[in-house]
Amino acid sequence: MKKELQHLFRMNKLPHIWCPGCGNGIVLRTIGQAIHESGIDIDRTVIVSGIGCSSRSTGYMNFDTVHTTHGRALAFATGIKISEPDLNVFVITGDGDATAIGGNHFIHAARRNIDLNVILFNNNIYGMTGGQYSPMTPQGDLATTSPYGNVENNFDIPKLAIAAGATYVGRSTTYHDKLLVSVIKEGIKNKGFSLTEAITMCPVSYGRKNKYGDGADMIVWQKENSVNIKAAEKLGADKVKGKYIIGELYNQSKPEYNDLYNNIISRLQREGGYC
Amino acid sequence: MENKPRLIQGNRAVAEGAIAAGVNFFAGYPITPSTEIAEILAELLPKNGGKFIQMEDEIAGMAATIGASLTGKKAFTASSGPGISLKQENVGYAQITETPCVIVNVQRLGPSTGGPTLPSQGDIMQARWGSHGDGPIITLCPISVPECFSMTITAVNLSEKFRTPVYLMLDEVVGHMRERIVIPNKEDIEIVDRKRTDKKPGEYKPYAVEEGSKVPDFADFGQGYKWHVTGLIHDETGFPSNSTKEVKKLLDRLMTKFDDHLDEIIMYEELEIEDAETVIVAYGSVARSAISAVKRLREAGEKVGVFIPKTIWPFPEQRLREIAQGPCKRIISAEMNYGQLSLEIERIVVKYVDFDTALKSNGLIITPEELMDKVRGGNIL
Amino acid sequence: MSRKKFRISGSGGQGVITLGIILAEAAIQDGKLAVQSQSYGPEARGGASKCEVIISDEDIFYPKVIIPDILISMSQKAAEKYGDEIEENGIIIVDSSMVENFVNDKAKIYNLPITQLAREEFGSPLYANILMLGALVGITEVVSLDKMKEAIQIRLSRGYEINVRALERGYEEAKKIL
Repeated sequence: MKKELQHLFRMNKLPHIWCPGCGNGIVLRTIGQAIHESGIDIDRTVIVSGIGCSSRSTGYMNFDTVHTTHGRALAFATGIKISEPDLNVFVITGDGDATAIGGNHFIHAARRNIDLNVILFNNNIYGMTGGQYSPMTPQGDLATTSPYGNVENNFDIPKLAIAAGATYVGRSTTYHDKLLVSVIKEGIKNKGFSLTEAITMCPVSYGRKNKYGDGADMIVWQKENSVNIKAAEKLGADKVKGKYIIGELYNQSKPEYNDLYNNIISRLQREGGYC
Repeated sequence: MENKPRLIQGNRAVAEGAIAAGVNFFAGYPITPSTEIAEILAELLPKNGGKFIQMEDEIAGMAATIGASLTGKKAFTASSGPGISLKQENVGYAQITETPCVIVNVQRLGPSTGGPTLPSQGDIMQARWGSHGDGPIITLCPISVPECFSMTITAVNLSEKFRTPVYLMLDEVVGHMRERIVIPNKEDIEIVDRKRTDKKPGEYKPYAVEEGSKVPDFADFGQGYKWHVTGLIHDETGFPSNSTKEVKKLLDRLMTKFDDHLDEIIMYEELEIEDAETVIVAYGSVARSAISAVKRLREAGEKVGVFIPKTIWPFPEQRLREIAQGPCKRIISAEMNYGQLSLEIERIVVKYVDFDTALKSNGLIITPEELMDKVRGGNIL
Repeated sequence: MSRKKFRISGSGGQGVITLGIILAEAAIQDGKLAVQSQSYGPEARGGASKCEVIISDEDIFYPKVIIPDILISMSQKAAEKYGDEIEENGIIIVDSSMVENFVNDKAKIYNLPITQLAREEFGSPLYANILMLGALVGITEVVSLDKMKEAIQIRLSRGYEINVRALERGYEEAKKIL
């Protein structure tokens, strides 16, 4: 690891628990890089995660960190951010954590436009429990709980977030790690709910079963199946069908929850407090 | 100078008690019969510089409450039956992470949606064992509007002192009735804050305890301590551990956390106990009926007393056992459920006295007449 | 007075709960003890709304009213539901513009056309509850008229003057039939 990033990690807790070929380590590093480059005060930064492989990230990150209950990271983070709005609050979550068990918190945190930086590790599977299908497992793919092929549809996570009210949405992959850093950084700049969908890979519990090869093959797959939004605009919808559109997908500012609430507090205090 | 007497509802007394206790955060979800607490705090908290948020569901209400407490705030939530059931996983999270918070449960009749406006005391065992696993909990039960105020402050103080979730259990009768209260002056209210660490970042071990203490010192988030909070079994550094030695060490400490402090936690009231041959044990609104019954029975010359636990968990076991070993020949446990706390009471007293129950669970409070009948050997209940 | 139990019954929207709260508030401001409760579910039977108040010089423990000393009946339905439940020699005040043929042998019954007065003299049936409160004071003198005005001041956020006039009018109407 680069020396300039080491203070952001709990070096004595590494190496991480993730399997060989897993992309989570790459995403973790890009979060560190983005935090480093954005220059935010790390003593005033809290990182919150749920349950699952990606959510183990908080254990490795040298901040005030909370490894919460399954699906609930955004709700814990909301309490932290509202009670102390000056803190920078990040949420690390997975596809199962954020879009299945935590789906309600996901849409409501976006709706409130509360200033949280969410990095959603999408590996298309429940990895920690050994490969059950998630809302992001592609239709037809195999998982231990879809032994005959998954019949369910997926979410388009960025569209879900935008529809719910997020003000910054980006997506990148572990192959496009530089872009991933820049998307996360832009999310940090946005005062409001920011989502980065990080496409990562799980060769052990998902790739192997579906004959996608090892981690190296899967990262190549990411390269071949992603199109930058700028290129995609030129290519047209037909040519990018079925591919991940990556880059900055949405960036539109809107009043942030805490700003609005704090206006009320200021107004009430001008009018004279209760006690 | 004493404040002017007021007529207020139990739920309002809880909300005003929270403000008096220094609560500066509430996250919750509307549910009958606890909603007034949220409504009143939505009005009072921002006026006092605090924060109120109505979350998307009950689970989120509990999660946000714990999150706020990690930044050092006094955090509070309120709900009822179905909502309390939904909060349980995160109540366990507060137990294992030792995050102070207060959960008000204005009990309604269950199970399930049950009777939203019907009084009940059916959540007494849920308060103790509702979340999976063994965890520490303090549970308080006020019987009046003034106690709703004062015991809310006690609940907040105990949660801070012992870094534990505390349940404040009302029933619909106590929550909704209006009664006289004189709010004490600010300077007469004792406020307890959790002990903050005096260690420097880098030296701080978030779950290490000092000799003679079982409560670790706290570091507010955002102060540079960079500590890790997890619901996994952890060692004193706060990081997950699979060592069976660490498992036992943590759980032993959690489950004996209150043992040396029972006199600070346990509250009860007793009336006409000294020569009583029959003692009614009752809590919440039922205790009010029991006091009425005892007064009337005493007027008729009958030797009856009442024991009112205000702290339900940990239960005032020692005092009740002393009563059972005294002149008392019969103990009657009265509650609005099918005999939840009665199990605990029976366990404590059955060796020394005849044990009986006065139970009612039809959505109506037990009346003094029903208790008098029970004392006299009748069976209208 | 050592202890008086009141049941105020009517139908939803008549302000019977407000009536009960102001009554209890006045007692508190008069240095007495009071408990007010309202009922839901099986206690509040079909369409009839009720509110209960206990006023006492001594501590009040059991907070509910089983049999009242004083019953106020402001709707036909409430009269049918609760009209029988009264202590021997109790007092029943009936809004005779809302309730027909009220009979109860155990109690003394006072018939007053409260809602009609509210309509005719105050332009709205909404003042019926405060008129009834005035009548209650006139008949029982449970608290003074001044304390009742103080309670109105505390409990009603607006319309103090007109409500005080309604209170006084109810009081006066009650005195006429005593």
